[in-house]
Amino acid sequence: MLHELTLTGLTAKLAAREVSSREAMQACLDRIDAVDDQVNAFMSIDRDDALGQADAVDAALAKGATHAGQPLLGVPVSLKDLFCVKGQPVNCSSKILGDFRSPYDGTVVRKLRDAGAVLFGRMNMDEFAMGSSTENSAFGRSNNPWDLERVPGGSSGGCAAAVAAQECFGSIGTDTGGSIRQPAALCGCVGLKPTYGRVSRYGVVAFASSLDQVGPLTRDVRDSATLLGAMAGHDPHDSTSVPTEVPDYVAELGGDLKGTKLGLPKEFLIDGIDPEVRAAFDAAVKQCEVLGAEIHEVSMPHTEYGVATYYIVATAEASANLARFDGIRYGDRVDGDDPFSLYCNTRGQGFGEEVKRRIILGTYVLSSGYYDAYYLRAQKVRTLIKRDFEQAFETVDALITPTVPAAAFKAGEKMDDPLQMYLSDIFTISCNLAGTCGISLPCGFTSDPKLPIGLQLLGKPFGESQLLQIANAYEQATPWHTERAVL
Amino acid sequence: MSDNDFDIQYVANLARIALLPEQEARLAAQLGDILGYVKKLEELDVTGVEPMAHAVPLANVLRTDEVQPSIPQEAALANAPKQANGLFVVPKIVE
Amino acid sequence: MEYEAVIGLETHCQLKTKSKMFCGCANEFGAEPNTNVCPVCLGMPGVLPVPNERALQLTALTGYLLNCEVPGFAKFDRKNYFYPDVSKNYQITQYDFPSTTTGHVDFEFGDGIERVRVTRAHIEEDVGKNNHFAQHSGVDFNRAGVPLLEIVSEPDLRSADMAYEYLNALKDILIYGGISDCDMEKGMVRCDVNISVRPKGEEKLGVKVEIKNMNTFSGVRRAINYEVPRQIETLESGGTLVQETRRWDDVAAITESMRTKEHAHDYRYFPEPDIMPLKPDETWLAEVLSHIIELPLARKQRFVSDYGIPAQDADVFVGNVPLGDFFEQAVEGAKNAKAIANWVINNLQARLIETGTTVDKLKFEPAAIRELVAIIDADIISSKGGQEVFAELFENGGSPAAIVEARGLAQVSDSGELDKWCQDAIDSNPGPADDYRNGKENAINFLKGQVMKASRGKANPQVVGETLAKLLKG
Repeated sequence: MLHELTLTGLTAKLAAREVSSREAMQACLDRIDAVDDQVNAFMSIDRDDALGQADAVDAALAKGATHAGQPLLGVPVSLKDLFCVKGQPVNCSSKILGDFRSPYDGTVVRKLRDAGAVLFGRMNMDEFAMGSSTENSAFGRSNNPWDLERVPGGSSGGCAAAVAAQECFGSIGTDTGGSIRQPAALCGCVGLKPTYGRVSRYGVVAFASSLDQVGPLTRDVRDSATLLGAMAGHDPHDSTSVPTEVPDYVAELGGDLKGTKLGLPKEFLIDGIDPEVRAAFDAAVKQCEVLGAEIHEVSMPHTEYGVATYYIVATAEASANLARFDGIRYGDRVDGDDPFSLYCNTRGQGFGEEVKRRIILGTYVLSSGYYDAYYLRAQKVRTLIKRDFEQAFETVDALITPTVPAAAFKAGEKMDDPLQMYLSDIFTISCNLAGTCGISLPCGFTSDPKLPIGLQLLGKPFGESQLLQIANAYEQATPWHTERAVL
Repeated sequence: MSDNDFDIQYVANLARIALLPEQEARLAAQLGDILGYVKKLEELDVTGVEPMAHAVPLANVLRTDEVQPSIPQEAALANAPKQANGLFVVPKIVE
Repeated sequence: MEYEAVIGLETHCQLKTKSKMFCGCANEFGAEPNTNVCPVCLGMPGVLPVPNERALQLTALTGYLLNCEVPGFAKFDRKNYFYPDVSKNYQITQYDFPSTTTGHVDFEFGDGIERVRVTRAHIEEDVGKNNHFAQHSGVDFNRAGVPLLEIVSEPDLRSADMAYEYLNALKDILIYGGISDCDMEKGMVRCDVNISVRPKGEEKLGVKVEIKNMNTFSGVRRAINYEVPRQIETLESGGTLVQETRRWDDVAAITESMRTKEHAHDYRYFPEPDIMPLKPDETWLAEVLSHIIELPLARKQRFVSDYGIPAQDADVFVGNVPLGDFFEQAVEGAKNAKAIANWVINNLQARLIETGTTVDKLKFEPAAIRELVAIIDADIISSKGGQEVFAELFENGGSPAAIVEARGLAQVSDSGELDKWCQDAIDSNPGPADDYRNGKENAINFLKGQVMKASRGKANPQVVGETLAKLLKG
């Protein structure tokens, strides 16, 4: 069935004119109609706009447009609800943005369109990307297609769930502390966080400016490489984007792992990992050895400080980034007698509890008398964490770790204890702090219930080519990527 | 630097977020826990370590002084909850 | 007990750039509200700032003009506070690593030159404008994001008049250097005034009062002239002063405590993560330095000492740089700088204003004025003849020597012809001749007039006078 194809599979059929973009888009819409009331991945869909885009692509194809020039021509791709698309709503799964419609297109959106993609859907997320389960959405949670009682992960939970439920051929999310990789792991798909600066952040509602990165969630590694290639590159609108050449990620896929050195950071292999997750991980490591990789033990001594560092730096930046949501220029306003009351009422009523928690924490760690002890210290520890990576990469090409200590948890299970929720980010977080790239891909399942287990690979800064190549080799030698959730 | 120093009313005020009393109590407790946890960073010796301000070692990323098109007034005000005569309307500011 | 005032000024000036600091909107005054705006300066979700290179060049140039250090590392920071005219509810500014530090401004005050130290000059973005109505306020973001230079002085000022002169000197430097147009009517310059008093001789600073957002220099002067006595009076009558921000009411001519609920301002500065550090290198700084100009005061002092011209002439050449440059070229190697200055100020400047021309459009070279003065000083032509030569130069260009030749303006000074004319005049006018011989000195003027007529104005009047006198005395 059409919706079961990978992105690569679909582009082949589109190129061969075996299928039209409209048919592909319609297949997604039909699938959404069939399953999304169970999954609840989509916050909204502008069906007419989506089909209109598809029709436009079909017209272009008829006139001779090719995938050589536009690798995503006709492919329906969904967007996390924090990408600014001109004329479309942007809510970040929050009430505070009200009926805001963006007056501009972000750079990634423009680049994907230029590559021919049909961009549709606003995907559910944790409000303002703050969360690891998508339970912090102001509009209801999304459900893991493998077990609807469980969370899909977060904050790009809607994206991962939609890919796993085959409601779209790929989805674009963001990763600040693991928000692409962790939901990918919990939903059994591939999630890539590029190196900081690889993809433009212009047009992406900011959570933590020095940590956010845009990345793809897909069915397999090849699809991921295709999407990354279309999105990556320098952007003059984003001072933090890097003017490094974008390689042909897809062309560089292939081969085995002979000569590749993989590092096992001993501090990641803690006791708290679920035994089935550990077993699947160990098997994955063995599989890499079979493919020719050398496994080395490395040490990342500051791993245990990652979560603390992250929750200071990210919340501090977020407290400033979210200050603009005040009901004056856009969004839902709750009035007051003076501006002070207007701000307090609007933000008090418009933000959900997790967002409030993080803004208040972030405000505190920057405040007078506390800046040195918290924020400044955390930025210094961040340097130490980055050094851990630099040192490790002197001897190995990539690090191999589980993505998350356990498989998907039940909805509501961690909502009462924010700190517990934060600690589940332990394996993904240091990658963001160091600014390097990482990918999660399926490496097995728990037995009962059958829930996906994620394998994480962390690569050198701007080493996405090699990262994808390693991931692809593992994936192609294993059956996990062919499994589908039953809905 | 103890968790008792955490005055939730003061900080929420600074962040311009109105909290209901039971939210205040709950958040204060949770934030107390979190602050207690992040104190972990004090275990490390950070003498001589530079803070990591940016993930990439770029400098002097600037743009040429050229005028680019602005957006029309209607677009600027399109999302305004309250506007009048081309201005964003707010409650009276007393200076 | 005698008290002294201790005053510091923070002066904010909008830079002369085409576009805003962090986006490409026009840096322009007077447009319809919210028309020079874009998602970036409106603080829309998802936007990012990109710094304007020209603004940074002008900031570094200001540093050089104010004798500041221009360090090799600077950065931007976020200053976090909520206010309707702050579109992101944080302002991007420079906190602990500004683009320039520790300089000074020298300016004329009273009979001498005063120096006020500058702590720093840094760059930030301006905020929008709040308009106030009966029941509500309205915000216009056209001004939001305009590059703003903040120049912070040490508390070296001691009086309202001194503050006023300092501000004017600063304004002259900034206009001179092409940094800012400093147009007060367009709100391009605003000041925050910090005032305290202390017993004369005391080193410790008194309690500081801040008066914010003053937008005229005379207003600053008035406010200081009110506030200083107020503070002194308060202390002398046993009262205490409280550190606060006060508002200057120009109508009532008083400062008053701001009664509004002062929400604690904790700006929570932290390094701006969206903008990379600034590391101006030698090449970049050399390019900035190549635009450096001579400061007004230095220029004035140099003109007076190098050319021996009076201060008020030097002032003209400071106020009008092209005219002054023209003068300098004219005066090169010349003997009579004062005369050249007179021609340039009284004749050239006047003609330029009359005709609405500029120095760069003149049809003659500065050397022509030098030549003209030399010819007059050598008695080759009279000053009246000089006027004619100048008029011709201005109209059609050329060289004074050629013009004198072409129009036969050369004075006759040699005795041959002159003696004859004089003798003729005496012979033809026995009456005045006798009057003169009998002591009526003025009678010689009539005879002089006759000689001038006979010579068609070419006789050298001075020599005519001398010759007549000689002949009359016989």
